[in-house]
Amino acid sequence: MTTPPTAASGGVVTDSPRPATNKVAVIETMTTTPTPNQNQTQNQPTPAAEPPVCIQAREFNSWYGDFQALHGIELDVPTNRVTAFIGPSGCGKSTLLRWFNRMNDTIPSARASGTLDLHGTDLLSTRYDVVDLRRRVGMVFQKPNPFPKSIFDNIAYGPRLHRRYTRSDLAELVEQSLRRAAIWDEVKDRLNQSALGLSGGQQQRLCIARAIAVGPEVLLMDEPCSALDPRSTAAIEDLIRDLRHQYTIVIVTHNMQQAARVSDRTAFFYEGRLVESDETERIFTTPAHRETEDYVSGRFG
Amino acid sequence: MNDETPQNLAMLVDRGEPRSQSRRRAFDRGFLVTCLAITAIAVLALGVLLGSILIEGLPGLRWSFFTEYASRDASKAGIRAPLWGSIWVASICAIVALPIGIATAVWLEEFAPKNRITAFIRLNISNLAGVPSIVYGILGLTLFVRMFGLFGPIQAPELEIGGRLYAIYYDTMQEPIRVPAEERGVAPVLKTGDVGFVQEIEEGADGELIFTDRWTPVTLTIVPEDEDAPEGYGIIEAWQAEEPADFETERPWYYIQFPLGQSVLAGGLTLMLVVLPIVIISSQEALRAVPGSLRTGSLAMGATKWQTTRKVTLPAAVPMIMTGSILAMSRAIGEAAPILVLGVALFITDTPSSLMDSFTVLPMQIYNWTSRWQEDFRALAATGIIVLLMVLLAFNAVAVLIRQKLQRPLS
Ligand SMILES: Nc1ncnc2c1ncn2[C@@H]1O[C@H](COP(=O)(O)OP(=O)(O)O)[C@@H](O)[C@H]1O
Ligand SMILES: [Mg+2]
Repeated sequence: MTTPPTAASGGVVTDSPRPATNKVAVIETMTTTPTPNQNQTQNQPTPAAEPPVCIQAREFNSWYGDFQALHGIELDVPTNRVTAFIGPSGCGKSTLLRWFNRMNDTIPSARASGTLDLHGTDLLSTRYDVVDLRRRVGMVFQKPNPFPKSIFDNIAYGPRLHRRYTRSDLAELVEQSLRRAAIWDEVKDRLNQSALGLSGGQQQRLCIARAIAVGPEVLLMDEPCSALDPRSTAAIEDLIRDLRHQYTIVIVTHNMQQAARVSDRTAFFYEGRLVESDETERIFTTPAHRETEDYVSGRFG
Repeated sequence: MNDETPQNLAMLVDRGEPRSQSRRRAFDRGFLVTCLAITAIAVLALGVLLGSILIEGLPGLRWSFFTEYASRDASKAGIRAPLWGSIWVASICAIVALPIGIATAVWLEEFAPKNRITAFIRLNISNLAGVPSIVYGILGLTLFVRMFGLFGPIQAPELEIGGRLYAIYYDTMQEPIRVPAEERGVAPVLKTGDVGFVQEIEEGADGELIFTDRWTPVTLTIVPEDEDAPEGYGIIEAWQAEEPADFETERPWYYIQFPLGQSVLAGGLTLMLVVLPIVIISSQEALRAVPGSLRTGSLAMGATKWQTTRKVTLPAAVPMIMTGSILAMSRAIGEAAPILVLGVALFITDTPSSLMDSFTVLPMQIYNWTSRWQEDFRALAATGIIVLLMVLLAFNAVAVLIRQKLQRPLS
């Protein structure tokens, strides 16, 4: 595969072959935010080493008006891994996800306290540039929401917001984004047709292509498959597995098998609290909490 | 007990007295017939109206009807002046009302905070849409035509912009010569070598001389009183050079005076007042019809609120905004009351060529013709109505076309 001209800045995310970049990313992050955990990584750089923390929540609370939706969340989202958020409806998964890219700013009643760091910088700070944050932290929604524009313009929309491209660079960027989202072959002959003519599953992959076209580090997916048929769901899951070594992915899902299939870590939420968060395998085999076990085995929720 | 429940339920269901099927069917049919009858009455009334107008007006629908001005002789009268007046007024109305209306809608829907003040504004825009248009006519009269008398009376405006003032002299050939002047009533000091303008004259088809709108520059020669003046253009005797015959303002299309008087600009702005609430409300509805998920999707990519509005929300809403705007404009074209209130002249024998020219509009002319007692003018009114209806029909057709061609699903 050729190296696409990604819009990534900061040298953390590129589309080049993974292992080398991974090392670079580790070293870079260490020089900026050394933590005991990462020092350990330096001492023993084995493949099984803990990846650096991408998003870190500490004593994080969130409210809608007087209603507290999240209570004291303590969570580490590892870099270039897939983290699944599970839990019954209304437990606050989407709320937390929307804080990761500050989409909650658009809800007037939403407030938060505590710290939420992206690579060691407080992303809740009013000084944090939301536009840049959202470029670095992309989002895919439950219902595919392509713009009523052509397929090409859907992908080119984000890049054009942030930079000026020559025509050929933009075409290349669009192609590589669509290839990355495994939809290029299906749409390459109709780039100028409306994106609304695509099937639901294709639309969702288009939305993923649109999100990665601006070169994000993190992809947030809020129940990306719940509006799709099983076949499209499988395609998206394949795609997530494919992307996981280049992007930090957080996925909200109600589908236990899906969480088990695609994620490296799983966080179980219940009534606004993070009950536990661990290796996905551990959550599904030997969870530390009774509620987790009941939920993943389908006894409630 | 538990076993008996289903049976109990069935018994309870059967206990109700059966309704007569035939009566229900009869009622159904009766309702259908009533609806058809009422619809038929409405369609019939419309048909009779249209039919009588067509019978009375169609014979008068000749090409000359479009090219002739108003006349006291019904057989020579046409609608050239009101047709062009309507075009001018509607264009001015569109140019002013659409940007203001759409911008207001965008602000209210996309940017305005939801608080008591904006709720009050929203409510009152809806109220304004229901205000009778004659009220806007009165508002237009004080606001635009008279401008509260701030700039003096209409006949002697105190502020003029964009006009060119000329003093008019006559040379020894008795040709009028225009000389640029600074101020009305103050004669410019003329010297030999100054430039003046003489009107170009053309020979008409039947040999008569026609004064055109074109003026050619000539070099002036001022001859002293005691000398014999030679013959020629541009030669002015000194005693005549001291006082010009008259002053005249040449009005390019952008010439504006304050107060606006009964001008096309005042008419267009008054109609703007009438349609602005309609444009705002229909644009608001168009924006509201754009799914929120598109805005969220755009914002989540790092677009600013303005980028989102400019590149996603507005383009998605444009077909509906255009449809609403065209319908609002067709309302503006059909309005007679607000224009009537402005007190515009009824007998216009020229088409507007500047913003300050007098005008009349189609509904006004039709109203004028219907109120005459001669049969011939009634027929003219019918022909005028046909033209007006054709214009309105064309507008509505365009709106329907846009709705069908451009309006695509948004999600
Ligand atoms: N915009 C909002 N305004 C007020 N309350 C909200 C809003 N969004 C979510 N909530 C409430 O916050 C809680 C968590 O919601 P959410 O994060 O959407 O849950 P989940 O995604 O886990 O189903 C729910 O009780 C919900 O009713
Ligand atoms: Mg949710």
